Amino acid sequence: MPRDFTKVIEKIDLIAEKVYNDLKSSEIPHLKLPTRTKTNIRFDEKLNVWKYGGNTTERSAKSLDGAYMMLRTMYMVDFIKDMIKANKSSTLREMYYISEGWDLAKFHSQPESDSLAEDLEVITSCMREDFKLRPEEDGARVIGNFTLEEMTRNKTKKKIHCQDDVGDSGYTIPYNVEPEKITFKGADADFILAVETGGMFDRLVENGFDKQHRAIIVHLKGQPARSTRRFIKRLHDEKKLPVLVFTDCDPWSYRIFGSVAYGAIKTAHISEYLATPAAQYLGVTPSDIENYKLPTDKLSKEDIHALKSELSDPRFQDRFWKHEIKLQLSLGKKSEQQALAKYGLDYVTDTYLPEKLAEMGMLKK
Amino acid sequence: MTEVEAIAHKLARQQKEISVAEFFERNKHILGFGNPTRSLLTSVKEGVDNVLDACEESGILPEIYVEIKNHEDGECRLIIEDNGPGIIKKQVPHIFGRLLYGSRFHAIRQSRGQQGIGISAVVLYSQLTTGKHAKITSKIQEDRPATVTELAIDTNRNRAEVISRAIVHWEKPSGTRLEVSIVADYKRGKRFVYDYLQSTSIVNPHAQITFKEPDGTEHLFERTSETIPKKPIEIKPHPQGIELGTLIKIAKGTKSRRLSSFLKSEFSSMGDRTTKAVCEKAQLDRGLDPKKMSREQFLTLHKAFKKVKIMAPSTDCLSPIGEILIKRSLKHQTQEISPEFIYTASRPTSVFSGSPFQIEVGIVYGGSLPKDKSVRLLRFANRVPLLYQQGDCVSTAAISSIDWRRYGFDQSSGKGIPSGPAIFFTHMSSTLIPFTSESKEAIADIPEIESEIKLAFRECARKVQSHIHKEVKRVKTREKFDLITKILPEIAKKSSDMLGKPVPSLDAVITKIMDVIWIEDLIECEKTSSKPVQATLFEDSSENIDGGWITKSTILVVNYKNMPQKFNLYALIPEDAVVGTVTPKPAKITSRYIKWNLDAIDPANKVDISFELAGLDKGDFDENDLYIENINASYVIGADKWEGE
Ligand SMILES: Nc1ncnc2c1ncn2[C@@H]1O[C@H](COP(=O)(O)OP(=O)(O)OP(=O)(O)O)[C@@H](O)[C@H]1O
Ligand SMILES: [Mg+2]
Repeated sequence: MPRDFTKVIEKIDLIAEKVYNDLKSSEIPHLKLPTRTKTNIRFDEKLNVWKYGGNTTERSAKSLDGAYMMLRTMYMVDFIKDMIKANKSSTLREMYYISEGWDLAKFHSQPESDSLAEDLEVITSCMREDFKLRPEEDGARVIGNFTLEEMTRNKTKKKIHCQDDVGDSGYTIPYNVEPEKITFKGADADFILAVETGGMFDRLVENGFDKQHRAIIVHLKGQPARSTRRFIKRLHDEKKLPVLVFTDCDPWSYRIFGSVAYGAIKTAHISEYLATPAAQYLGVTPSDIENYKLPTDKLSKEDIHALKSELSDPRFQDRFWKHEIKLQLSLGKKSEQQALAKYGLDYVTDTYLPEKLAEMGMLKK
Repeated sequence: MTEVEAIAHKLARQQKEISVAEFFERNKHILGFGNPTRSLLTSVKEGVDNVLDACEESGILPEIYVEIKNHEDGECRLIIEDNGPGIIKKQVPHIFGRLLYGSRFHAIRQSRGQQGIGISAVVLYSQLTTGKHAKITSKIQEDRPATVTELAIDTNRNRAEVISRAIVHWEKPSGTRLEVSIVADYKRGKRFVYDYLQSTSIVNPHAQITFKEPDGTEHLFERTSETIPKKPIEIKPHPQGIELGTLIKIAKGTKSRRLSSFLKSEFSSMGDRTTKAVCEKAQLDRGLDPKKMSREQFLTLHKAFKKVKIMAPSTDCLSPIGEILIKRSLKHQTQEISPEFIYTASRPTSVFSGSPFQIEVGIVYGGSLPKDKSVRLLRFANRVPLLYQQGDCVSTAAISSIDWRRYGFDQSSGKGIPSGPAIFFTHMSSTLIPFTSESKEAIADIPEIESEIKLAFRECARKVQSHIHKEVKRVKTREKFDLITKILPEIAKKSSDMLGKPVPSLDAVITKIMDVIWIEDLIECEKTSSKPVQATLFEDSSENIDGGWITKSTILVVNYKNMPQKFNLYALIPEDAVVGTVTPKPAKITSRYIKWNLDAIDPANKVDISFELAGLDKGDFDENDLYIENINASYVIGADKWEGE
């Protein structure tokens, strides 16, 4: 059944009305939205995730940049309204190319238009999906002993068992993972292991880790897409499975964990949909570098800067992170998950992961 | 005979006059002939400086021709020809064949030549290095033939030896041509010769210089001013700077029979009152015969000069270039760079140990000048470029001691020569340039001079800074124009379209966004027709201007504030400009500015203002200097606060 978009249209029109009324009453048009930077995210005790705080930024047509922004906003909401009316949808990339025809309002790069789409979500408290916009990111993969039901293009429901019905590359997570598209059926696993790199995902699959240790393995593919995070969160909530995150040992990987567990700065307005506050970081930790004598690289200037910036990031304020980040700064080193291959291809599945899981109370030694 | 006497006699046998050749050989580096590269430049310079001096004295617009022919063996043939007054036959051997012979050594007035060594040193250098004779052609009168003299220098007697003399026909009405052969490094010296001639042309905009290279290439440094610099008047020495010996020497030669008339007639700035005060201070009778005064009496007189307040020397003896001419010729000579702007500053006359002097400076900024290199310094003294010993020059010291960072230049630790896309020009005019040495390349570090140079550069730098400031402000406001003319209407259209409502009026929002009074100006030049310039308020404007340029300045004032605005506007004008038509009716015109008391301008309304200037050359006035009064200056783009006259 087709979705009802009247609410969305109302909210979009509200933006146009605000600008129009400003002009009508001789005010310089301006829009307020929460400041979307690190300094303005606060921990929401009720939801257990990080959300934007009370600071707001004003977008005003008083400056040239501000006026351009305002004009682009007008063009974008108009475009979204047209899409809703025509019952179409587009990818963010397609929208960026369409904006090439917006004359004065065109963007200089896609990150600019992506970011404005996020702004609109923040202003209207709608989701990107409400605007009929979707990412082009090809979905991440998942493998494990559970069954889901997907609504296919021909509007038929199809049951998929994510071990038996899929190949070695697993089930591909679609961009829409809301209940209208995906429902979870039975699951017989002990935990979800979210893995940063494809190489490690394939290693675990080849070694049969999912079967041997009753794990659901999800490939994060670097900074995880919204759908991946939403998928993990739903699986965690609905199947009551603990989530463990396994990444490289560098500041960028910690941010991957941060976005899975607490929400990303860019999407803090929808953290409660995307984040899994109960997720735990498994490794590789700076302590592991020492304990397992892992091969390392020197921290670059950018790495050090990122680590220091994490020390002031509200998402990394607990004792574990403070201790590990400081340790890494003093070591001056970083390492990769695949560095564990130093001790052989089976070391990660036979030794490292079981030891770490036991340490975290997930497995009996 | 005592032993000491014997030594004295022995020494006496060794004491003899040193010949000029020896003198030259010993001092050639001081005289600028230290190496073959320098020698080429020095030879050109001595010749060209003389032409400029001679032409100035005789009121001729100089046309100088410099040609260098290069021979394989390191020998150059140098030809310098002028259209000056010429030199009479009898004087030629003395001037070119005798060292320390000149007309300027004793004169107290501004000139390039000072010592009477210059050109004869070139001839001597030629003779010593190539053994060839100098050839001088000279003609002093239109209807008479020219004389060609070939001469050598008898170095033992410091006298010319005339080899041949002939009468020839010469096209020129008058002039002099010198041909000498010298050992010189043309390849390396060429650049210096070129730089020197170009720089000379900057400070002598009335001169036309042609430079022909060995390969036939001709460079023309054009004349940019038709006015011959006013002839500096010769003045008597000023008592305050004089040496005791000179004082005694003047007294020996005076015709005056009384001390008081001696002081009044032989020195400058000595009136009745000052003379009386000096004599009283020295406790000398005013009736004393100066020829019979004792050394002690001169000493007390000399001391008294320093104790009595004596008026500064008169400035008629100086011939500064003038700001307009500096700007004009800097502009002409930096065409290729196409600088963003050129500013100049000129100080009033000042004095150091009895000699009057005046400082003029200029800054050429922007264009294709490199941003990350040290600024280029162009130094001049009495219209002569100083090319060497930059580090020893007082102008360098003065520039280095200014904190240029304040004026938007890069300068490590706020000391030293700054970096930036600029050329700094310094010119000192004086009756006596205190050079650090005979080669006349650097001006000595004298506190009075340094302080004047600093003051001049500070003033100039402030103009540069305010220009840059204004430009930044303008760019910002221009962006706002984009905003209100293009983007805002689009925003309005899009939002109304979406809501299906009529597009609202934007006037009020536009005023709010701009929130300034915008002043924009345009300067155009047109060749005058013969119709007389209309006279306005200014009495002098009846002055007759025939031919030339009319500079028209148009100013647009727009009120983008949301209240009516009423204020006064000043436009600065060059002192030698004649004001033509002015609209609207000005409140006041002086020789420095035009003032309008503008009527109140309503929001979103504008006023057109214009004025015409005559008596200027094209490009002399290329930027309006606008000021406002009775309004908060921060509301206004394009004019500064009027600080009074
Ligand atoms: N081209 C010329 N035309 C007319 N007179 C000349 C010319 N060149 C030189 N003179 C005369 O010859 C004199 C001697 O010139 P010279 O260059 O030797 O000495 P100077 O210019 O007085 O001093 P300096 O040694 O500083 O150059 C000058 O003072 C001038 O009177
Ligand atoms: Mg001379």
